[in-house]
Amino acid sequence: MARLVTGLETDVATPIAEAPPALELRGIDKWFGPVHANNGVSFAVPRGSIHGIIGENGAGKSTLMSIVYGYYQADAGQILVNGTAVKITGPQNALSHGIGMVHQHFMLVEPFTVLENVILGAETGRILAPSLERARAELERLERDYSLEVNPDATIETLAVGLRQRVEILKALYRGADILILDEPTGVLTPQEVDQLFDILRALRDQGKTVILITHKLREIMALTDNVTVMRQGEVVANVKTAETSREKLAELMVGRSVLLRVEKTVATPGAEVLAVQDISVRDGQGVRRVKGVSFDVRAGEILGIAGVAGNGQSELLEALAGIRPIESGTIRFKGTEIDAAHMRNARQMRELGMGHVPEDRQRMGLVVSFQANESSILGHQDNPKYTGAILMRQSAIVADVAEKMERFDVRPSNPLLRTSAFSGGNQQKIVLVREMDQNPDLLLVGQPTRGVDIGAIEFIHKRLIAMRDQGKAILLVSVELDEILSLSDRIIVMFDGGIVGEVSQAEADERKLGLMMAGERLGAAA
Amino acid sequence: MEEFFTMIVLIADATLRVSTPLILAALAGLYAERSGVVDIALEGKLLGAAFAAATVAAVTHSAWLGLAAGITFAVALAMIHAYACVTHKGDQVVSGMAINILVAGLGPTLALAWFRQGGQTPRVEGGARFHPWSWPGAEAVADIPVIGPIYFEIISGHNMFVYIAVLCVPLTAWVIYKTRFGLRLRAVGESPEAVDTAGISVDWMRYQALIVTGILCGIGGTYLSIAQNAGFLRNMSAGQGFIALAALIFGKWRPWPTMFACFLFAFTDAVQTRLQGVDIPGIGIIPVQFIQALPFALTVILLAGFVGKAVAPRASGIPYIKER
Repeated sequence: MARLVTGLETDVATPIAEAPPALELRGIDKWFGPVHANNGVSFAVPRGSIHGIIGENGAGKSTLMSIVYGYYQADAGQILVNGTAVKITGPQNALSHGIGMVHQHFMLVEPFTVLENVILGAETGRILAPSLERARAELERLERDYSLEVNPDATIETLAVGLRQRVEILKALYRGADILILDEPTGVLTPQEVDQLFDILRALRDQGKTVILITHKLREIMALTDNVTVMRQGEVVANVKTAETSREKLAELMVGRSVLLRVEKTVATPGAEVLAVQDISVRDGQGVRRVKGVSFDVRAGEILGIAGVAGNGQSELLEALAGIRPIESGTIRFKGTEIDAAHMRNARQMRELGMGHVPEDRQRMGLVVSFQANESSILGHQDNPKYTGAILMRQSAIVADVAEKMERFDVRPSNPLLRTSAFSGGNQQKIVLVREMDQNPDLLLVGQPTRGVDIGAIEFIHKRLIAMRDQGKAILLVSVELDEILSLSDRIIVMFDGGIVGEVSQAEADERKLGLMMAGERLGAAA
Repeated sequence: MEEFFTMIVLIADATLRVSTPLILAALAGLYAERSGVVDIALEGKLLGAAFAAATVAAVTHSAWLGLAAGITFAVALAMIHAYACVTHKGDQVVSGMAINILVAGLGPTLALAWFRQGGQTPRVEGGARFHPWSWPGAEAVADIPVIGPIYFEIISGHNMFVYIAVLCVPLTAWVIYKTRFGLRLRAVGESPEAVDTAGISVDWMRYQALIVTGILCGIGGTYLSIAQNAGFLRNMSAGQGFIALAALIFGKWRPWPTMFACFLFAFTDAVQTRLQGVDIPGIGIIPVQFIQALPFALTVILLAGFVGKAVAPRASGIPYIKER
């Protein structure tokens, strides 16, 4: 592979007119039972470009890419690689056509070294040693060409998430991928890691590789791609040059109506202190101290955002405040009630004191997904006389009550008898939200309110949270989505490695500053 | 002093003999569990192979046909396990237990129907049985102090199977760590989704692993009935499949440590046979039942207290179902 002459700033994104596109889809159709997951999907990806595919959850992006990578066979339609129609029967086959995939959940064997992961399934013979040697030489070359530095002898479990993703990219390149598909690659990365990833992807493009980026984040599409395909309900609704569109236009295309990307809100008027946390430490299930002497307070009528990369103690902090996880030391004062290691309150007692909790992982902690929606909707309140008699549950009262709530929060379909798992992510989240908000708590703990939730529902959820704040309630928001933290919070604290790196007000916060803090850098003006 | 030395040599000799089926079964379990299939049916496969080997050897008077039958039957049992757990994603513990129960009843029942000897097979002798190998010069050097007895008792004079079992350990270590099959085997037990996306069939890898498991159990079971003993007896595996499983955990799913764990269990067994009826100063004669329980008590104590954090292959016991 020849390196391009540096210093020549040619626009490599523009394909040579007669070269066939690296990948072209023509009329791809796929049904899952009654669901039309892909409906006549057609578009072309020019060689040497970065192509974005954007759409909400369930728009059919992942199904489409699974077809391209050979997990599924399309019911109809054609796939062309470099102008030739091909039939892709499986991942191995896709690779032989030069198509590689970086999955959202990394497909790595954790106790293995980088080298072993790279050769798995692409060994040169029955004995490992020659394969490993060859891979080591090849990795060195790839590192040089694309600045993809990774220690080939490190085991995966010792690597940070950003590095693991590099291993995934190396795996695909080692197998000779010319077309690289990345499925939601930035969900678990810090902003700095995202920048590094984008640099790598640009380097790949500049050397003639074709990159396909699947995402629901508009910012990434605008920052990185040359062209973008917008999907909605299984169909392609637009195919545009990124330079000729805007975030607002793309959002409108995705949702099918105009969407407010920036949440409208007034300046907060914080009132009395509702929650004061003093120097608390919390251990996780394995006994590892995950929260290390954290102090902050939350006032009525404000939203305090806790930013940070996932796994820096936010989850344990939230669970400790909700009464689910014991605190090791320190005190929590909630509306005048002192709570410490010797005087713990459980989740029910916290709720009775006036705390609502929307857990981070709604499917595991917020809902019982195999229950009917009406049963999930009364979890934690099942003893309320409104719902239960002396012995039997008041089934019809519950259903009627939940139906009313679903109507109010626009849960679709608004059928309380449906299994919880039958609802989409956004609608499940609304079921949890309405349950917690309807108790009229003085403090609402909210973890990852819009994880896996589509744009339309995000807008709705954000509006509800702001409205609750405006009623003078306190909200503690934990989110790994910087955009969400920035647009909702009145004050922001950043957690790193179990401690608070610093606090900034909404006015002085920006992405770069928070990004640095999320990587553990203390900025001078920590409050 | 001399007497003590002789006792040590004899215990070492017994340890080797007793550890043979344990090592074979533990390595069999290693292949299965490293591929992500929990196999509590090691016991059943040992017993089944012992029955099949003794029956065929008794009828054909050929030890080698007996071995072939033992291996075939154990592989067949392993394939039942694979069909239930890999193809149909069934519960691995339930399937394993079912095989154990099936074999425990089937062996004696068939033996009773065919041979009318109270659920045993007829005694196998001569060419129907595997005999110890005497190494060259063993008799000649036997009287040389120290080296003589070591060569005569420990190195020489064992059954072929003892050597096979010990040789299987480096072989397994090599296969697991140095070959493509081994890499894929370890990967499929840790992260089947990574193996699947690399274009390798998870199910086929697990089938292959279970075939190896069957072969090793078949050899181990054959040793029990037509090498160590001279015929099939009801429940003659006597929990060794489970002790092998314990040794595998104690050895943290690695070949060499697993072998040493097997030696340890075999050693306590060899010691317990020696301790039976011995008057220990200050304690007196310990009832036989207590001494016989020693290996099992050791199993519990070691597994509960001394193993530390034994981290099983991550996907062990979990059927692989594609999520997409």
